[in-house]
Amino acid sequence: MEGLLRSEEMTLCQMFLQSEAAYTCVSELGELGLVQFRDLNPDVNAFQRKFVNEIRRCEEMERKLRFLEKEVKKDGIPMLDTGDNPDAPAPREMVDLESTYEKLENEMKEVNANAEALKKNFLELTELKHILRKTQTFFEEAEHHHPQAMHDPSMSDETMGLLGEELPRSGQPLRLGFVAGVILRERIPAFERMLWRACRGNVFLRQAEIESPLEDPVTGDQVYKSVFIIFFQGDQLKTRVKKICEGFRATLYPCPETQAERREMAIGVMTRIEDLNTVLAQTQDHRHRVLVAAAKNVKVWFIKVRKIKAIYHTLNMFNLDVTQKCLIAECWCPVADLDRIQQALRRGTERSGSSVPSILNRMSSKQIPPTYNRSSKFTQGFQNIVDAYGVANYREVNPAIFTTISFPFLFAVMFADMGHGMIMFFAALYIVLKEKQFGARRIEDEIFKTFFEGRYIILLMGAFSIYTGFMYNDIFSKSLNIFGSQWFAPAEPFSLATLSEFKKLQFNPNETYTGSPYPIGLDPVWQMAQNKIAFTNSMKMKLSVILGISHMFFGIALSLLNHRYFQKPLNIICDFIPSLVFLFCMFGFLVLRIFHKWVAYDSSMSQKAPSLLIGAINMFLFNYRDEHPDNPEVYHIPGSLQGFQCFLVVVAGLCVPWMMFFKPFYMRHQARFGQFKHQPLSVQSGDLLNHDHDFDNDQEVVHNNDTSGHLHQEEEQEEPFDFGEVFVHQAIHTIEFCLGCISHTASYLRLWALSLAHAQLSEVLWSMVLRIGFSSSGVGGAFMLVIVFMFWACLTVAVLVLMEGLSAFLHALRLHWVEFQSKFYSGTGYKFQPFCFDQILDHSADD
Amino acid sequence: MACPICGPLCSRYYMVLSVWAIVMLGLLGVFFWLRSPALFEDTPLKSNWEHHNYTLEYAKEKYEQNAMNCWIAAGIYVVLFVFSFIQYKMNNRSSYEMS
Repeated sequence: MEGLLRSEEMTLCQMFLQSEAAYTCVSELGELGLVQFRDLNPDVNAFQRKFVNEIRRCEEMERKLRFLEKEVKKDGIPMLDTGDNPDAPAPREMVDLESTYEKLENEMKEVNANAEALKKNFLELTELKHILRKTQTFFEEAEHHHPQAMHDPSMSDETMGLLGEELPRSGQPLRLGFVAGVILRERIPAFERMLWRACRGNVFLRQAEIESPLEDPVTGDQVYKSVFIIFFQGDQLKTRVKKICEGFRATLYPCPETQAERREMAIGVMTRIEDLNTVLAQTQDHRHRVLVAAAKNVKVWFIKVRKIKAIYHTLNMFNLDVTQKCLIAECWCPVADLDRIQQALRRGTERSGSSVPSILNRMSSKQIPPTYNRSSKFTQGFQNIVDAYGVANYREVNPAIFTTISFPFLFAVMFADMGHGMIMFFAALYIVLKEKQFGARRIEDEIFKTFFEGRYIILLMGAFSIYTGFMYNDIFSKSLNIFGSQWFAPAEPFSLATLSEFKKLQFNPNETYTGSPYPIGLDPVWQMAQNKIAFTNSMKMKLSVILGISHMFFGIALSLLNHRYFQKPLNIICDFIPSLVFLFCMFGFLVLRIFHKWVAYDSSMSQKAPSLLIGAINMFLFNYRDEHPDNPEVYHIPGSLQGFQCFLVVVAGLCVPWMMFFKPFYMRHQARFGQFKHQPLSVQSGDLLNHDHDFDNDQEVVHNNDTSGHLHQEEEQEEPFDFGEVFVHQAIHTIEFCLGCISHTASYLRLWALSLAHAQLSEVLWSMVLRIGFSSSGVGGAFMLVIVFMFWACLTVAVLVLMEGLSAFLHALRLHWVEFQSKFYSGTGYKFQPFCFDQILDHSADD
Repeated sequence: MACPICGPLCSRYYMVLSVWAIVMLGLLGVFFWLRSPALFEDTPLKSNWEHHNYTLEYAKEKYEQNAMNCWIAAGIYVVLFVFSFIQYKMNNRSSYEMS
C-alpha cells in the first residue's frame, strides 16, 4: 500500500569502480535500469571527457549501420527482428565490430559505385537506341513527303530532302548538318523557344517522346525524356546550337548520316545493351546477397553499438580518483533495490575478472531526491495522466492509484451509455488481449500508439460506462425494462376514449406509481415521457454535485496524509481543518440536504419539499422571510434549522481569516521567540571534496557544483524568515481555495452537462438516422435498413464514441487536474530517469 | 485462386460491422415482435394510427412488419459476414503465400 501511495524512497550513493571493471559494471546496471547517474563533471565540455574517442567510434559505427539500414530498406529486404537483446559486448569486441562494419560499408559503396557506373552506361546506350529509332522515323517521314528530293543526284545526304522545297529557290546545293540528342521532356518548350530566338528561326527542330521512363542513375528516379534532332546550315549555327544544347543539359549523341550506318550502329548498341544487362543483373544479385546477409544482423548490431555508446557516455560522467585506479560515480537509486544493485556490481566485477570488488556507498544528502513511482503496465497510463500535470514531489501522495478508479468513473458519468460503453470496452479488450502481438509489432502510427498506451484506461472507461449507462438506463438512447417499470396506467381514467381524445396525458404519481422505486437505475418509463429531460436534469445535477463535493472532500483528506507524513502539524491546523470546515459549511451541508430531500419526501408531499437552490441562496443571504406564512402546502423552514444555517455561514466566514492569518503570524512568532536554529548535521560529500579542491591539483574530483546549485540556493533562501512572503503566499492560497470551492463545485456540473449532451446527441442520431430505416415498409424496407444501419453505426462510432469520448476524456482530465489535485498535490518534483538500456534503445529507435 | 475483392482492412471492417448489426438488429427484431412501447416512435404508427382509429390490429401489423424487416436485414448482414469472412481468409492466405 505504502509503495503505491508514495514514490519510492531514494538515496544518493557513491560507487567506486575499478577502472577495468567499470565498463562491465555499468553494463550490468544498464540492464537492471535502477540507477540514475549524476554528471560529476558538468563544467567539462563534451570534447574534453575521457571516453570521447570511444563515443566517436561508436557514432561512426552507428552511421555505417544507418547507411546499411537505408540500403536494406531501399531494396525492400525484410529486416529480421528477433527481439533478442544481446548484452553489451566487451570493449575489445568493438574493434571486431568496427572492422565488420567497415568491410560491409566499403563493399556496399563499391557495389553502389559500380552499379551507378553501369547504370549510367546503360542509360546512355538506351538513349542512343531511342535516338537511332526515332531519327529513323524522322528521316523516313521526310523521304515519304518528298520522294523527288531523294532522286536528286546532287544530294548525297538524305537529310537534305527535308528542306527540298527550298532547294529550287536557293538554286545551289545545301549542306545541311544536324545534331541529335536527348533532353528532359519538361525542358522541351523552353529549349525550342531558345533555339528559335538564338538562331533567328534558321534551324529546324523535330522531337519525339520516349514513351517508357528512363532511370536516372544518380537519384534512381524515373524520368521522362524526349529525343530531338536539329537541322541547321553552316558551322556558326552548329556551334550555337551545340551551346544551347549544353545549356539545357541535353545529351548529344553522334548519329551516323546514312541509313546503313545507322542500322549497323543500332545492332551494335543492342548487343552492348544485352551484355550490360547481364552484368547489371549480376551486380544486383551480388548487392542483394550482401544486403540479405547484413539485414539478418542489423538490428542486433544496432543494439550492441547503442549499448556501447550509452556505457561510454555514462562513464564520461564519472570522476577519476587521484591514483587513476578507479572511477567514482554518484547516483540516485531506490533504497529497496540496493541489494539488486550490489549484486549487479558483483556480477560486473566478476565478468571483468577484476580482483578488487566495486564498492557501493550510501551518502546522506540534503538535496531533494527524484520521484520514482513504480508502475505496472496497468497503472502506467494513469501515472502518465498524473505526471502530465506535474511530477509529484518526493514522497508526496501519488494520486495515480486513486485515479485508476475515479478517472474512468467520472468519465463514465459523462459518457453514460451502455451501447457506446460496450463498443469502447470491446475495442480496448481486443487491444489488451492482443497486446503482446501489438507490442512486438512496434506500430509507429502516432494515434494508434496513444490508444495502445492507454488501453487499460479505455478498457476501464468502457466498463464503467456500461455501469453508468445501466444506472441511467441508456443503451443507444433507448431504455431497458428489465425489472418492470413501477409506473402503470390504471384503466379508470385512462380508457380508450380518453386516449383518443387527448394528445398528451399527465400521470399523477400518487395514482400511477406503485410507491416502490425501480430496483436499480432509472425507471424505463421516463424514456417515453415528454418531460424526461426535466426529470433527468434535476437528478443528474444533484448527482454531479454529490460526486463533485465528495471528490473534493477526498482531495482535502489526502492533504492530511501529506501533512502528517511531512510532519507539518501547523499545516493541519491552519490548512486542513479550516478548509474541511469551510467546504462542509458551504457545500457539505447542501449534499446532506439533497439526501434529506430524497429520503424524507415522497410523491404525496411533493408540494411541501424544499427548494434546494433557493434554500442555499437564502442561507448565505440570511434571508428567512416567509412568503406564505399561512399556507400549509408549501415548505416552511423550521426555526432550529434557521439557527443552524446561520451558524454554518458564520463558521465558514471565520474559516477565511483562520486560514489566512494564523499560519504567518504563528511562524513570525516562532521565528522571533522560538528555539534556536539547529545546525545542519549531515554534510554533503561534495562540500568536503570542494574544500580539498583548492589544495589539490586539477585531477581532484570536482563534485556536484552545478547540478545541485539551485538546490543549495533554495536551502539558503529558506533560512531567514520573510514574513511578507509567507503572508502573501498564504493569502493567495486562502483566496484561491475559498473561491475555488465555489467555482469547482460549479465546475463539477459538467458531469451533468456532458451527460445530457451525450444522451441528447445519441437520441438525435437514433431518431434522425436509424428511424429512416424503420419508416419504409415492404421488403425494400429491409434493404433500406441495412444501408441506414451501416451509416448509423459509422456515425455512432465516429461522433458519439470517438468525438464525445474525447471530449468527456478531456473534461474528466480537467476535473482531476484542477478540481481534485489542487486540493493536495503540488507536483513540483522531478522524475527519476534511470540509466536503462531498454529506454535508450526505444528512444533511439524513434529518432 | 480468385482474387479477393476487399482488402484486409475492408474485410475486417465489414466483419465487425456485421457482427454488431446481427446482434443488434436481431434483438431489435425481437423487441418489435414483443411490441415494446419504447420503440413506438420508430414505427410509422405515430403519424398514421389516427387514420386507423387506433385499432390494435393496425399497430400489431406495423410492429410485426418492422420486426420482419429487422430480421431480414440481420439475415443480409449474416450474408455480408460470411462474404467478408471468406475475403478475410483469402487475404490471410495470399499474404501468407507472399511472405
